[in-house]
Amino acid sequence: MTVAKLSPRLAVLALLLAAPLQAAAQTRDTLTIGMAQATGTFHPNIESMLAKSYILGFTRRPLTAHGPDWRPVCLGCDSFPTLENGQVARETTPDGKPGMHVTWRLREDLRWGDGRPVTAEDLRFAWEAGRAFETGFGGAEFYRSAYEFLSDGPRSVTLRFDKLSFDAGSAGNFEPLPAHIDRAIWEADRRNYRSRTAYDTDTANPGLWNGPYRIAAVQPGAGVTLERNESWAGPAPAFRRINIRVVENSAALEAQLLAGQLDMIAGELGLSLDQAIALERRSRNRFRFEYRTGLVWEHLDLRLDNPILSDVRIRQALMLAIDRPRIVQSLFDGRQPIAATAIHPDDPMIDKALAPWPFDPARAATLLEEAGWRPGPDGIRRNAEGTRLALDLQTTAGNRSRETVLQVIQGMWRATGVEARIANQPPRVLFGETLSQRRFQGAVLFAWISSPENVPRSTLHSDEIPTAARNWSGQNYPGYSNPEMDALLEALPQELDAEKRRPMWSRLQAMTHRDLPAIPLWHRAEPHVWPQWLDGIRPTGNMSPSSLWVTDWRVR
Amino acid sequence: MLRMIAWRLPQIVATLVILSLAAWLAIGAMPGDPISLAMMADPRLGPADIERMRALHGLDQPLIARWWAWASGVLHGEFGYSRLFARPAAEVLWPALRGSLALLGAALAIAATLGIAAGMLAALRPRWRAPVDAVALVSQALPSFWLGILLIILFAVTLGWLPAGGTPDSGSAVEAARFLILPVATLAIAHLAAYARHTAAAMAEVLRAPWITAARARGAPESRIAFRHALPNAAVPLLSILALDAGALVSGALITETVFARPGMGKLLTDAVMGNDHNLALLALLLVAGTTLLATLAADLAQRALDPRLGRDG
Repeated sequence: MTVAKLSPRLAVLALLLAAPLQAAAQTRDTLTIGMAQATGTFHPNIESMLAKSYILGFTRRPLTAHGPDWRPVCLGCDSFPTLENGQVARETTPDGKPGMHVTWRLREDLRWGDGRPVTAEDLRFAWEAGRAFETGFGGAEFYRSAYEFLSDGPRSVTLRFDKLSFDAGSAGNFEPLPAHIDRAIWEADRRNYRSRTAYDTDTANPGLWNGPYRIAAVQPGAGVTLERNESWAGPAPAFRRINIRVVENSAALEAQLLAGQLDMIAGELGLSLDQAIALERRSRNRFRFEYRTGLVWEHLDLRLDNPILSDVRIRQALMLAIDRPRIVQSLFDGRQPIAATAIHPDDPMIDKALAPWPFDPARAATLLEEAGWRPGPDGIRRNAEGTRLALDLQTTAGNRSRETVLQVIQGMWRATGVEARIANQPPRVLFGETLSQRRFQGAVLFAWISSPENVPRSTLHSDEIPTAARNWSGQNYPGYSNPEMDALLEALPQELDAEKRRPMWSRLQAMTHRDLPAIPLWHRAEPHVWPQWLDGIRPTGNMSPSSLWVTDWRVR
Repeated sequence: MLRMIAWRLPQIVATLVILSLAAWLAIGAMPGDPISLAMMADPRLGPADIERMRALHGLDQPLIARWWAWASGVLHGEFGYSRLFARPAAEVLWPALRGSLALLGAALAIAATLGIAAGMLAALRPRWRAPVDAVALVSQALPSFWLGILLIILFAVTLGWLPAGGTPDSGSAVEAARFLILPVATLAIAHLAAYARHTAAAMAEVLRAPWITAARARGAPESRIAFRHALPNAAVPLLSILALDAGALVSGALITETVFARPGMGKLLTDAVMGNDHNLALLALLLVAGTTLLATLAADLAQRALDPRLGRDG
């Protein structure tokens, strides 16, 4: 058989083989994403949910966000407000207090999906609705502080604040709301606006969306369908349609990915870390995996008014007795960075000189001896009065990963002569009562979610210790009280100069590292699973979801 | 029969009222109300904010007053607003109900048909008794979640013949049926055993009755004996199982819905109770309870129609 005779047959064969590939390429104008959480309301200012934030990343443009490098960037505005560019300025409030004003200039090409431009009136509506408490917007503190709205044109907005705050330029959750659709609904019944907003009664209305995509259909509890926003003037996104499917059971989520029903799993709220590691081992070549350290940090809150835990030497000994590198290596394949404090490794204010506490059982034993706790006949230490060194150790029942970690910690503490009694509770009981009303007596393993340069006032200031008289508000569950820390937490937000804030942040980290109101464990990693043919996704590891940069996503 | 209906209907209404109150109080007594969740999400909420939010959501009122307000609304056709889904509760309920009816309706129809056929076979042909018992035993012993995962691995992941779960993007009936095959098979296999064993036992008992022997002596063919004489009499206990399964039709199948990521009443009810969504939880509970009670009444009426002796004592 000659080459000439063979080639037509080869050509036919090649065509036949290529047909499925061509079909696949043609169908890649649609992307199907799986995520593990359903969303309730789609209103950007009512209730804070990761799933909603991820979907709104495709469909809305906030004024600002934090990029993958953790620097603040303008998305809906022209330039990020700073002291240097004059868009932030100190001033005195009418009642003589130090205040400030911040100016944002809206991007000229920003339009709602029905073609109307996004204007200052949309921000005025958001500000008015946020200031009216009965509307029920989140971020009440921001709106309470922003006492005056000024605008000298359809694209310029200035807010005057009655206090100084270094992060006011980020705008919190102050972002344009479509006044031409929702203002009349809000004005008709402010108290019930949250249940009547067009975001929930007419979700597929293009006029609600100003991002690269718009929500075209909603299947409550099951997912949403996004289509290109025809009025979007920025770079065109690669996909004609994006389907977001909610699969709350992570085993089912993985099965749908393997069966080809899903193209990718959102790292922001998808597979658990152990599941992703196992999946990567099984199907390394089929998908791409990226592990990005997120904002969630796991820790043990300690009840500081427990007589045992009020002694800082005991807290330090408990810290030294936990072999965190071994736990992270054996349970999480070494993919979660050990935490020195609550500050995220990518946070610009992290003090890199501060090393995480080591695993040092000998030093832990010395500290316990110094504190008067000596080994008893059963190996558990006792003090001079014969009291056993015993603590309750709790976490959320049903969270397999945390339950395992707790058992390992229990064993490690036992080896140092500390008895830990595990008493796990359902999340609703643990968070709804035990923690929030400070009914725990020992240590509780749970996680907080942070944000870049997030001043931890609510968890460390003595005014934030929950009590019945304060309606149990505040998150200082350990009961940490330190006048120096209180002063620092009050001064930090008011310092507008980043370089002057840096030593303050270092001091704050040094104090929490020494005093250990909470034992830091690790920063949780988010496993992102993408198909080999998808490029351009950049997980941020912060509260700005990767979906905000969907116009960078490309088929390889 | 009319007397029975007149007697049972007020009982059903009273049961539903008591149930709604008990469920309302039980959910309300669970720790962690919506404001506690809001406090966790927004640490800057101060004591005054929390007090105002409690008043705004009516949470400063006693539980019994809140139930009364809810019940008054229901009497006027207002089922309230779902906190979890940010939509009217009734609007959230219907898609889940449709999903459960399709899933469980198909599964129970298949389970009942195959189960009754297998039970009859075992009763009429004794040599089939052991294989039918074995199949029933295996189907009863298989946990739904395990069977579901097994079917997914085989038919969706390995062979790629069927979807692993979820719901179709298009409204095509064929596509909808493809998505139903695995979850329906999982549920049908689990339910099949009860029908097979009960049918076999009831048929075996009826087939020993003197009037069946008399029918055989008169020369009646076996098929006529089985379908005209034995099955209607053996069906009386099966109606009770069917009535209970009718409740399951609307209460959903939590495990199967979860494994196959299908929206349905089981998942909805669990989420509503755990998420402190009173309006949705109550509406779903009442629907399930009401359907079960009405189906039980219908089964009782059918049993009396099949066996008039049951009605003689009143």
